[in-house]
Amino acid sequence: MSQNLRVKSSEFIDETNRISFKFDGKTYYGFKGDTLASALIANNVHLVGRSFKYHRPRGIMTSGSEEPNAIVQVNPNSNITEPNARATEIEIYEGLEASSQNCWPSVNFDIGGINNFLAPLFPAGFYYKTFMWPKSFWEKYEFFIRHSAGLGKSPNTRDPDIYDHRNIHCDVLVVGAGISGILAAKNAAKNNFKTLLLDEKNELGGSTIFDGNEDNKINHNSAAEWLKKEINELKNIKNLEIKTRTSVAAYHQYNYLLARENLTDHLVKKDKKNKIRQRLLKIRAKKVILATGALERPLVFNNNDRPGIMLSSAIKKYSNFYGVACGTKNIFFTNNDSAYESALSLHNKGIKVEAIIDIRENSDAKIIKKINDAGIKIYWAHTIVDTRGYKRLSGVSIMKLSNDGTSVTGSKISISCNCLGIAGGWTPAVHLYTQSGSKLTFDEERKIFIPIADTKEQISVGSCGGDFELDEIIKNLNYKLKNFLNINKTDFEGITLENDHETSKRNIWLLPSDQTIGKTKPFVDYQNDATAKDIKLALREGFRSIEHVKRYTTTGMGTDQGKLGNMHALGIIADTAGVKMGELGTTTFRPPYTPLTFGTIVGRNVGEFFDTFRRTPMNDWHIKNKAKFENVGQWKRSWYYPKEGETMHQAVQRESKAARKSAGILDASTLGKIDIQGSDASEFLNRVYTNAWSKLAIGKCRYGLMLNEDGMVYDDGVTTRLGENHYIMTTTTGGAANVLGKLEDYLQTEWPELDVYLTSVTDHFATASLCGPNSKKILNKIIPDLDLSDDNFPHMSFKEVLIDKIKCRIMRISFTGELSYEINAPASYGEAIWQKCIEAGKEFNITPYGTETMHLLRAEKGFIIVGQDTDGTMTPIDLQMDWIVSKKKYDFIGKRSLYRSDTMREDRKQLVGLLTEDPNIVLEEGAQIVSELNQKPVEMLGHVTSSYFSPNLNKSIALAVVKDGKNMMGRKLFVPMENKNISVTVANTVFYDEKNERLNA
Amino acid sequence: MFLINCPYCGERDQQEFKAGGEAHIERPKQPTELSDDEWAEYLFMRKNIKGVQFERWNHAHGCRKWFNMARDTSNDEIKAIYKMGEKPPTQ
Repeated sequence: MSQNLRVKSSEFIDETNRISFKFDGKTYYGFKGDTLASALIANNVHLVGRSFKYHRPRGIMTSGSEEPNAIVQVNPNSNITEPNARATEIEIYEGLEASSQNCWPSVNFDIGGINNFLAPLFPAGFYYKTFMWPKSFWEKYEFFIRHSAGLGKSPNTRDPDIYDHRNIHCDVLVVGAGISGILAAKNAAKNNFKTLLLDEKNELGGSTIFDGNEDNKINHNSAAEWLKKEINELKNIKNLEIKTRTSVAAYHQYNYLLARENLTDHLVKKDKKNKIRQRLLKIRAKKVILATGALERPLVFNNNDRPGIMLSSAIKKYSNFYGVACGTKNIFFTNNDSAYESALSLHNKGIKVEAIIDIRENSDAKIIKKINDAGIKIYWAHTIVDTRGYKRLSGVSIMKLSNDGTSVTGSKISISCNCLGIAGGWTPAVHLYTQSGSKLTFDEERKIFIPIADTKEQISVGSCGGDFELDEIIKNLNYKLKNFLNINKTDFEGITLENDHETSKRNIWLLPSDQTIGKTKPFVDYQNDATAKDIKLALREGFRSIEHVKRYTTTGMGTDQGKLGNMHALGIIADTAGVKMGELGTTTFRPPYTPLTFGTIVGRNVGEFFDTFRRTPMNDWHIKNKAKFENVGQWKRSWYYPKEGETMHQAVQRESKAARKSAGILDASTLGKIDIQGSDASEFLNRVYTNAWSKLAIGKCRYGLMLNEDGMVYDDGVTTRLGENHYIMTTTTGGAANVLGKLEDYLQTEWPELDVYLTSVTDHFATASLCGPNSKKILNKIIPDLDLSDDNFPHMSFKEVLIDKIKCRIMRISFTGELSYEINAPASYGEAIWQKCIEAGKEFNITPYGTETMHLLRAEKGFIIVGQDTDGTMTPIDLQMDWIVSKKKYDFIGKRSLYRSDTMREDRKQLVGLLTEDPNIVLEEGAQIVSELNQKPVEMLGHVTSSYFSPNLNKSIALAVVKDGKNMMGRKLFVPMENKNISVTVANTVFYDEKNERLNA
Repeated sequence: MFLINCPYCGERDQQEFKAGGEAHIERPKQPTELSDDEWAEYLFMRKNIKGVQFERWNHAHGCRKWFNMARDTSNDEIKAIYKMGEKPPTQ
């Protein structure tokens, strides 16, 4: 393959390093330093994609991250393919493969191209309008719409690459390494500010570095050469860190910025291996200097989207930076002087420039004379009314503009060309500035939005601040830097500057054609195929807010976020509606500035590092004994311990029977434990629990229920009085952190007068819960000295003992209804104590059980689990737990809410037991409950909250919340399922040992 | 992402903190004396104003202390930070 459009060697391209790559299956060659876009253009490939809606052929439009058309699929044949990458940003490497998107079967022959000819049928809001009728057909329409929707192909396996996050704190962050950014960073660092300079490109220097305009001079030298020397000096400066290929994605409050550093995308496969691909930089800067530059605007005219139509500045970059000619016959179309620089660059390299079409009447810039001397024809006050060529531009038709710019006159002139550079002026890149929360003002004369004001923490310099000409940029930069950094002098103060000045201006947002607008296609948003026509239609249909017009027409909603066309959209709306652009405002600029990969966002937090998790001290034993685990909050808890060949159901049934028949043991270390001390500890508990605590004797335990101030159950658990002013509270596993937070909140803000101190000791103790009729015998083997009689150690009491010289706390409390002891040992001895229990329990066939069995056993007893049987809408009265709500206490958290008219309603959903007519059917948790089967619409009375097959009762049992359930005892209800209706009877919530005889068995 | 000056620890990143809603809503001393409407006022009604709002914040992943903040909700500017029990700044 020849690179027949390679024009001149460029210092930025390494022509000794030839690279082969594939695009749409075909092999091409480029050089080290090329982007995919520049290499394709060198091979005369302009057609790289199809537009989203009309599937029109599209070519490379820009040379940067604002590219709307040339978005490609990288590694299209791999499972880890990446969609929507910009060809203008992909640096080529040996073996790179990419393909066009949004076309089938190929970019050259795309069936969707038919949409282009059906375009009159697809106005703005087409889908909203068309697929509303008939209503029942929506599902059929949806199928086809979904199939034609979407951009690119997503990867279908796990991303194998490594991503990383890094926090950076700096004094001064400079975003953008053009001439302004480089001078700003250099001066900040030289004045002892710890400085970070970022740029999304792989080279420093912005557009000045390949400027090529001999009239732009610094110290009598070309601006580009002067800047290269400045860049060279950067490496000797301390305090300065420079990162290229780093795009700032977001600018949040208080100078917190997120940037994506691209580390290996440009490397060949073997060099990428085991390296971090991209890194998210989380930057907190004391001061931020925005030097993000400006984006060139296109012009909006009929058929302004053909492959070969590009931004004038991009043509200049391809020619001066990459040494590539975008076309052999070039035309420029402009409303300002910058296109003349591009034209002259081409001309000086021997590339043919046919003509320049300028909508202005004239310009007195010096460069005009050079263009005239070069023999390039200028058509003043002309506009392009149409273009030709389907897959590549072949020519344009131009006509004279009327004085008011709204129509064309005279005869049509046809000029053939294969490349058209369009120059619609410059839009300051204020995206990051506005993301930071700062406001813009509209400069009516120059038709640009610019930052309103600099602050002590942030300034905008260079063209993103509205300064476009070299002398203006440097002068203002010098002034702003001195103020911002509070320094006396910059190192570039006093340099001599020479440059051309633009005096003649004319701006027309929508250029007229000789055809009526209905017959034209003036694209505003290339990626989403939104035309000026669509915007006008939206206005005719009554849309006024810019945000609404945006959503209705999809202008600016592509992956490029309308970086090119948004200003034209605003201009056209303002002109059509007869309002000022400044009053119209802009749509919101949202992060990220350019798309981020999910990998970058999540960094290392994938797989086992997705979330932090906690394991109990007995974890190794559980693993050795083949426990299955479940996640409870952040904890990994033993779920059940299957024996060889056992299903979960079989294991749980076996464990449940063993715990009631002989002995079971549960790892309860995950329960939250809060140590409460202070002279007001008892009073504090009185206020936070529904029941009374003052009279609890030292060494006794009590179950407590905690409400929210709205009266709804929040948490529960057993609290033990260890001393006069010392308690230990247990909370649910998942609620521990929130309960501590809530208690601290009340202590610090509502009751600061109380002398109470809270400490989380969850991690300090490991808990083995011995349960079952033989648990007393087992405990006796472990601590023979302790009197375990009911008199000395009754239910709901506590003893502090030594087990092998280890100080342990034992509570005789029960969540299963069986005789139970909870042994709390210091965490580091947890496994040893657990082992001891297992050894001692061997002769009683002690059975370790997990959370599933625990849930089953407590359900047999009708004990609630907060968060399973409650959902933040259940009061203690709803749970039929009136017994625990003190009537005597004057106040406790949530008390007043229990007397609100709503919480006192009789027909609230209440917790009841359910028994199935067929004892073998186990209800599904979450299943709805009804009383009538044929009622329409059927009234949902409630739902099943807990459901198990009880091996100890040999039947199915369930807990449920049912409307007015208290008054439904014995009523027959139904649980309708997909293929059957299950008959159930409302029952007591306690299914097993109603008299609690087994606690003392 | 705010930079919050905890009155006990100094400047820390927002991710160490938890927001706790409107400040200076005192829990009634005698809830039983209140009508349903009065209790509902305390329980549910919050101002959510555009402009300077007084809020409670907790240095949850730090010293665990609660404090108050005056924040302009229109631009997220933190106007003042003051300890629990102190009066809100007048300006």
